[in-house]
Amino acid sequence: MASAHSRMRCGEFRTTYQQDMTIFPTPLSRRTAVGAIIFLLLAPSFLSPYLLNLGIQIGYYGIAALGLNIVVGFTGQISLGHAAFFGFGAFASAWINNTTGIPVFFCIPLAGAMTMAVGLIVGIPAGRIKGLYLAIATLASQFILEDFFSRADWFTGGAYGAMANPFSVFGFEFNNDQRYWYVVLFYVVAMFLLGTNLLRTRDGRAFVAVRDHYLSAEIMGINLNKYRILSFGISSFYAGVGGALFAHYLGFVSAEGFTILLSIQFLGMIIIGGMGSVMGSLMGTAFMVLLPEVMEAGVHLVGSNTPGLTQALAYIKEMSIGLAIILFLIFEPDGLAHRWKMIKAYWKLYPFSY
Amino acid sequence: MSDPNLLLEVNDISLSFGGVHALTDVSFAVRRGEIFSIIGPNGAGKTSMLNCISGRYQPTKGSIKYAGKELIGLRPNDRCTLGIGRTFQNLALFSHMSVLDNIMVGRHHQLKNNYFSGPLYWFSRAQKEELAHRRQVEDIIDFLEIAHIRKSIAGTLSYGLRKRVELARAVALKPDLILLDEPMAGMNLEEKEDMARYIIDLNEEWGMTVVMIEHDMGVVMDISHRVMVLDFGRKIAAGLPDEVMANERVKKAYLGEDDSDADKPAEVA
Repeated sequence: MASAHSRMRCGEFRTTYQQDMTIFPTPLSRRTAVGAIIFLLLAPSFLSPYLLNLGIQIGYYGIAALGLNIVVGFTGQISLGHAAFFGFGAFASAWINNTTGIPVFFCIPLAGAMTMAVGLIVGIPAGRIKGLYLAIATLASQFILEDFFSRADWFTGGAYGAMANPFSVFGFEFNNDQRYWYVVLFYVVAMFLLGTNLLRTRDGRAFVAVRDHYLSAEIMGINLNKYRILSFGISSFYAGVGGALFAHYLGFVSAEGFTILLSIQFLGMIIIGGMGSVMGSLMGTAFMVLLPEVMEAGVHLVGSNTPGLTQALAYIKEMSIGLAIILFLIFEPDGLAHRWKMIKAYWKLYPFSY
Repeated sequence: MSDPNLLLEVNDISLSFGGVHALTDVSFAVRRGEIFSIIGPNGAGKTSMLNCISGRYQPTKGSIKYAGKELIGLRPNDRCTLGIGRTFQNLALFSHMSVLDNIMVGRHHQLKNNYFSGPLYWFSRAQKEELAHRRQVEDIIDFLEIAHIRKSIAGTLSYGLRKRVELARAVALKPDLILLDEPMAGMNLEEKEDMARYIIDLNEEWGMTVVMIEHDMGVVMDISHRVMVLDFGRKIAAGLPDEVMANERVKKAYLGEDDSDADKPAEVA
């Protein structure tokens, strides 16, 4: 939200650097954030399970999307294997819990750390190659991990998949949508705050510096190899945590879900949300999760007397996502986050245009 | 070992790209606390020389000693921790970052927080550390008079301001030796005067040794303590500005064969 500072409201005075470096720069934005958290805390009491399910999906995919945004949007690299890391996190959490009996509560961050280790290894080529070549290297990691999932019976249960126990604290099981909502909400808030802090401190600035001008970044004392590989590691940590939340929500993990298609969807989320924007990752994820549902509702609304439309529903869902990505690339390449900023600026200045 | 007053010693540096000899047996030394200018016609190897010092190029042979320590073989990011900062001829800012963040990147090697303590901002020392460095960065911002644009995105600024932000970023490294590659290129007279003042202040008040490449002879003659002239990758003269200007080879190489106007070099460049 750093650029919100450049269009500061009048009457907004800051007397310390600390006030100038807060995440939410204005009283209004602080109140909005607090209000949103209160709303989300109360949501399970009045939202239907269907909507709660969508919210939970947005949560765990959103965490993984933020991870992808760190490597693609902030460090300027490319990763086509994000779904495999997401899957690895899901299997890892279930595996740790099933083999060692460590409570799920600890398994989720542990799975993130395990996925981070894998991501650091997969990220090694990133120290050497860029662009299209790196895309192919990460594509290879996607297929290698997919193959690993289907062969490593000890880890994933092979073709049968792996059972994942529900999240529990002191014997209280978060085993339905109303309860699991809070687990995901906690992780979303925590991971997004950590991400925001990362990106406003030393290593986050180093990532953006590597993206914007790697030659001068090196002259500024930034070790290019370290940060290129590290961004893959951190991105995988986020993917792993997202995957672990996914696993303990569904209770069952199977290898089929983590294909290249999901990797592309993750890329779609950050393109639509906004590359290099923390909140954009969440907005884009919400868009991608909700769009097929809106399409379905729309088709059911008009489709009662046009049976062809209902039969084509699956295709309409897929196509609408593709179309959305294309339209965003053409009309709003900076994503929803940028559009949101424009809307805020518009209302701030209304009725004048600038 | 050698003279402790020498901050930078360059010995017999040669640099070739295939058959092109960008630099041939160039030697010079920069004393602590001086403003040392490198001049020469286009393609003379001035920027190549700077790249050898800052580590972007590895010279084919020769040695470069900084404060008695050999630089050849060190990576660019390690050289900056020794105290070498630089700016680029073509703007090399992080164009999507704010001016403030650009300058904060210059504090990279002085900051201790990392990918673990940084995210834990309020619970680690990261916040305190960032605030302390923000305060120091604000001193640099004040000094270079860019307070009004500190929150602007670097890529949206005018050319002269970007040059100033780049200087600020190099100053944030807290270098003992600052390498400036054409700090005044493309500026108008007023901006040049400001920039010359900043360079003198950096040298005299902030105690930085300056190695500068510049084409504006007026500026070079006015603010440099010593000048070196390169031509086709060879050193053809070095010394006090007036001596160098009086040198026949320099006149020939730098100002052309025509000597009808040779006693007014400042106008020619």
